[in-house]
Amino acid sequence: MTHIAVPKTYKLFIGGAFPRSESGRVYEVTTPRGVFLANAAQASRKDARDAVVAARAAVGGWAGATAYNRGQVLYRVAEVLEGRRTQFEDEIVRQEGVSVSAARAQVDEAIDRWVWYAGWADKFAQVAGNANPVAGPYFNLSVPEPTGVVAIVAPQDSSLLGLVSAVAPALVPGNAVVVVASERHPLSAITLAEVFATSDLPKGVVNVLTGSPAEIAPWLASHADVNALDLVGASGLEWIDLEIAAAETLKRVLPPEEGPDAAAPALARIQALTETKTVWHTKAML
Amino acid sequence: MTIDRVVSPAHRAIEVLGDEPTESTLKRYLDGIPGVDGVGLEQRAAALGTRSIKTTSKAWALDRIIGLIDLTTLEGADTPGKVRSLVAKAILPDPADPTTPQVAAVCVYGDMVPFAVEALGAAHTTGSGEGIQVAAVATAFPSGRASLRVKLADTADAVAAGADEIDMVIDRGAFLSGRYGEVFDEIVAVKEACRRADGSSAHLKVILETGELSTYDNVRRASWLAILAGGDFIKTSTGKVAPAATLPVTLSMLEVVRDWHRLTGERIGVKPAGGIRSSKDAIKYLVTVAETVGEEWLRPELFRFGASSLLNDVLLQRQKLHSGHYSGADYVTID
Repeated sequence: MTHIAVPKTYKLFIGGAFPRSESGRVYEVTTPRGVFLANAAQASRKDARDAVVAARAAVGGWAGATAYNRGQVLYRVAEVLEGRRTQFEDEIVRQEGVSVSAARAQVDEAIDRWVWYAGWADKFAQVAGNANPVAGPYFNLSVPEPTGVVAIVAPQDSSLLGLVSAVAPALVPGNAVVVVASERHPLSAITLAEVFATSDLPKGVVNVLTGSPAEIAPWLASHADVNALDLVGASGLEWIDLEIAAAETLKRVLPPEEGPDAAAPALARIQALTETKTVWHTKAML
Repeated sequence: MTIDRVVSPAHRAIEVLGDEPTESTLKRYLDGIPGVDGVGLEQRAAALGTRSIKTTSKAWALDRIIGLIDLTTLEGADTPGKVRSLVAKAILPDPADPTTPQVAAVCVYGDMVPFAVEALGAAHTTGSGEGIQVAAVATAFPSGRASLRVKLADTADAVAAGADEIDMVIDRGAFLSGRYGEVFDEIVAVKEACRRADGSSAHLKVILETGELSTYDNVRRASWLAILAGGDFIKTSTGKVAPAATLPVTLSMLEVVRDWHRLTGERIGVKPAGGIRSSKDAIKYLVTVAETVGEEWLRPELFRFGASSLLNDVLLQRQKLHSGHYSGADYVTID
């Protein structure tokens, strides 16, 4: 009997499930030469709304987990990612039209970067926080806390590495993420979502939307239940308008980045998506 | 709210039954009611739930839903302060938007009625249909497991404290055992206890607790029984038993109300309560009411939502419609 290839349906990733777009729309994903690869779901504003609801529901549990536990879960993501590497390499080759060795290098870099960020989970608070000197019988402690629900426009010209570079730092301090994947290269994003779904990451902590960032990003930027907006991949959009919309509800905003160093690994990316809580506490009577 | 009926409960029961309401005549009548086509009922309810209500219709529906809500707090941990904050929300649901309509009523335990009345002040109804009503659950809510004497005292207490509406529970144990007469007499007695010193009467809502009645046939029988005994409203649930209000159950109760209206010309109210949390669900109920008994039922005298968290969702939807962007839980109160 001859084997008939079973093509994969690329759907969205919302609240730990893989629904089709509420709108029923799909769009064609092609190779750089225009050869058809797959149909990807084209998310609507209502999918974005549902994703924010899922993220909001997840943020309490994820932020409340211990830093050590978050680090372990993120490390587990890297483990599962490693096991799926041939699938990622294959998808990158087809989507970006690069050589196998270039694809392999991108997957290596993505896994390394994910592990690097996972390591920070139980360490960044020691760097970003502080015991402040005060003139009085008090402890004065500043500690970083997650901002909450973070909406991200992922880098548009990279299939896997860009996405990892934008999502991982947001997860480290305990944020929940709604990410709009690269419009041209959405397949790796959904495969990465399958990795999230099978690696102990609580449902809703990461939600992946594929489709048109120009259509979805304004709804996320103006959404009153989104606490921060990372525009790292939004340089091709009307990003100033997005920043203005985000300012209406006092969101934290990270600007677009371009070039080979876009979304380079940095502690600053983690810290940018935190709030500093400062508490006073009396010193014990000695 | 006081509606003086043309005939007393006993009389309308006699007219319909053709005899004195006794255990045997009630049993003969209620058991003779044709059964419910459950599959058809659920299909009809599902079909009504698929209507797409958009833009101006949605804006109308959202405002109407707010005006139909019995804003409810029925917790063992209720305090006068909790009731006061509930009342504040009933009067001004969205402080950022004074055009938001007020809710129909606040629904509290009997001992919280004085605090609700006091907190409402001038916003309390004057009896002419304007203003916010105070509804009290009574008769050993939610189980109803107490002697009739206690249930009547519970009711009279709440009425004396200023309750405009009484939400009573039926004795499901007696109903399921087939002792319809007992349930009937109890509703009649509670109805009598709703009478005030000046001769007017508090509105009586009869809670069937459909989640404990098991079948649609029982829901239909209990609805008839409650209406025959003089209930002004029939209400699905206490909210303490799952499943609470569902669309098919509410539809079957609306059908009884429709039949009763055809039979006697009287309009009975319906109140689904418990489990209705989203605007989307509430709109499905509005559609069902309009399609079953008619749009004239979409007013607080004849239809209510028993809900607490529904209001916040409606307010979020309302904010979305007015501002054009999605709102969030930070922009409504924490209940």
